[in-house]
Amino acid sequence: MLDLSRFNSLGEALRAALERWPDEVCLIEVDRDREKARYTYRQFKEAALPLAAAMQGAGLQSGTRAAILMTNQSKWLISAYAVFFAGGVLVPLDYKLTPEEQGKLLAHSKAEFLVTEYHIWRALAQAPGFQESRPRIVLVTEAPPNAELHGARRWEEFRASTEPVFVPRERKDPACIVYSSGTGGRPKGCVLTHENYLEQCVALTSLYPFWPGVTYLSILPTNHAIDFMVGFIGPFTCGAAVVHLRTLRPEFIRDAFTRYKITYMSLVPMILKSLEKGLRQKFDELPKGKRRVLDSLVALNRALTRGRPRPRISRALLPQVHNAFGGGLLALFVGGAFTEPSTLQFFYDLGIPVGNGYGCTEAGTVITVNDFRPFRADSVGKPLPGVTVRINNPDSEGIGEVWTQSKMIMSHYLDDPEMTAETIAGGWLKTGDLGRMDSAGHLQLFGRKKNMIVTEEGKNIYPEDVETYFENLPVKEFCVFAANYLWPARTMLGEKLVLVVHPDSGQPVTQKVLTDIAARNQRLINYKRISGYVPWTQDFPRTASMKIKRNELAEQIRNTLERSAIVAL
Amino acid sequence: MATLQETTEEILDLASAHFKVSRSDLRADDDFFRKLGINSLQALDLLTRIEQHFHIELPDYELQGVSDFRALAERIQSRL
Repeated sequence: MLDLSRFNSLGEALRAALERWPDEVCLIEVDRDREKARYTYRQFKEAALPLAAAMQGAGLQSGTRAAILMTNQSKWLISAYAVFFAGGVLVPLDYKLTPEEQGKLLAHSKAEFLVTEYHIWRALAQAPGFQESRPRIVLVTEAPPNAELHGARRWEEFRASTEPVFVPRERKDPACIVYSSGTGGRPKGCVLTHENYLEQCVALTSLYPFWPGVTYLSILPTNHAIDFMVGFIGPFTCGAAVVHLRTLRPEFIRDAFTRYKITYMSLVPMILKSLEKGLRQKFDELPKGKRRVLDSLVALNRALTRGRPRPRISRALLPQVHNAFGGGLLALFVGGAFTEPSTLQFFYDLGIPVGNGYGCTEAGTVITVNDFRPFRADSVGKPLPGVTVRINNPDSEGIGEVWTQSKMIMSHYLDDPEMTAETIAGGWLKTGDLGRMDSAGHLQLFGRKKNMIVTEEGKNIYPEDVETYFENLPVKEFCVFAANYLWPARTMLGEKLVLVVHPDSGQPVTQKVLTDIAARNQRLINYKRISGYVPWTQDFPRTASMKIKRNELAEQIRNTLERSAIVAL
Repeated sequence: MATLQETTEEILDLASAHFKVSRSDLRADDDFFRKLGINSLQALDLLTRIEQHFHIELPDYELQGVSDFRALAERIQSRL
C-alpha cells in the first residue's frame, strides 16, 4: 500500500517519485494518432526544474498563487510540478469557461502567475476588464513564431539555468484553490490543503493501485478534480505512466487504448454512454448466430464475476471486446455526474468494471466509490477508507442530506467565511445531496437539496452563475432555479434550469421578452442554458438589502404551481 | 477561395446529411446544439465530418464558445 505519511506536501511526494523511478515513463502526450512528447521521470524533472527556477527568479515563492488554464496536455503537469516545487499554490481553471468567466476567477484568486495556451490567451487578453486584474507573469504555450503575445512570455523559453530551491510546505498549507462555481456570482474557491490531496491519494490507490507499468489514459483536462488525482498525483506517486490524449474523438480514444495498453481511464457519463452506444451498435450488427454466442458468453461472464471482477476470465471469454480496449484494462472510473445503472451493468457484464464514484471538490474529490466486492450498479459505492458518511435528519425512508467527515475535506472557501460556515459545521461537510446508506454500507443518491444541477458532462451549474446573463431583462424581476429544487424529484436524471419571470404588474410574458430571453440563453455555453421559464405574478420576497429570498420564493412557487407550469423554450 | 457564405452553406449541408435533419430546417444563425439535439461529443462528430470535407485539421478547442453554424463557419474559414 502506498505510504505518503513521510511527506508534508505534494511537491515533496512528487519530488521523491521523480527520484525513485528515473527511467520509467511517466508522461506521454498524443495528438490524435501522433505521439508528440514522451517523458521518463528523469526527463520530466529536467523539463520542470528550469521552469521552477525561472518562476522563482520572477518572484514565485512560498504561497504565491499560480493559475493554469490549459487543455489536456503534458505542459499542464510540468507546470504544476514546477509550482509545487517552488512552494506555490496552484489555481487550476477550466478552459471551457468564457474569457470573461476565466477573468473573474483569476481576479478572485489573486493569482500572480498564469500558465495558458496561446489560443486561450488570445481571447482572454482581449476580454473586457481583464487587463486591470491580469496576473503579473503570463506564460503562453505553443504560440506561433510571430504571434502578438499581449505582454505574455513564451512558456517554452521561460527557463533559468540556476538550480531552483525546493520550498517545503506544511500539510495544512493550501495546495490548490479549485473553483467549484461562482463564475457569475459569488465565487466558490475551495482551498484544498496538501494533506487533503495526500490522504485522498492514499485512500484511492488502496482500492485502485498504480505501479510502474500501469498506463492511465487521460482525456479529461487536469483541472477536473478526478483527473488531477487519478491522472496526475496517483500515478506519479506510484511510478505509473499517464497518456494525455488531446482530443475526445472516439476513433482516437480507441486507438490510444490499443496502442498504449491502457490500464485505467476516467471519464464522465456522457463519454461512457457514447462508448456504450458504439458497442451496442456493433453488437446489433452481428449476424444472428454470432449474436447468440456473444449473449451467451456475456451471461457466462456475468455469472462468473458476480462476486468480484476476474479480468483473466473475462478476457478469455470476450477477447474481441477486451482487445478493442487494449487487452489490459482493469477499470474505468466515472464520476462528476449521475450514471445510469444500466450503463454500469452493461460494461460490467462485458468484464469491464466501471468504478462509479461520488464526490465533490469540497470533499477533496471522491467520497464514495464502488470497490467491486461485489459490483453494484445501483449505488455510488462505499465511503473511501478514512471517510465517514452520515445521513443527516433522515426521513421515514432513510433519505436525508449526505454529510461527510475526513482529512480530505477542504480547509475553507477562499475569502468567504460566511459560506464556509454554511457548508462545514463541526467538521462535517454538508454536501447538499440527498442519499441513503443501505445495510451493506453503500450510498445511494436520490436527488439534491441544493439549488444546482450537474450535467452529464460533469459540470456543476449554479443558477446564480447563469442569472447574470439575464441582467436588465425588461421584466419586473426574475430568478433562475434548478427545476428539481422547486419541485423536488427523487432522481439525478433530467436536471434542468428554469427562469422564473415576473413581468411588470398584471402583464403577461410578452413575445418581445421571450425573444430577449432566447437570445441571452443562446449566448450561454450550451450546458448552462435554461430549458424553460415559469411565469409568476407576485412580488419576490426580499431581504432588507433587496436580495431575493430564494428559499422562500421557491416555497411559494412550490405551493402555488405544479412542475407543468414550466414553459419550454 | 470560398466565401464565408459558401462555407456556411456547405456546413449546413454536411450537418443536414450527418444528423439526418431536413436541410430546409437549418439556418446559419441556428444554435446547432439545440437544432440538431446534440451534445458536445456529437458536435465533435460534426467537426470530423467538416475536416474530411474541407481537408483541414481542426483541434477540438475550435468548438469552444461556438454554438451557431455561422460562427463555426468563421472558424473554418480562417483555416482554409
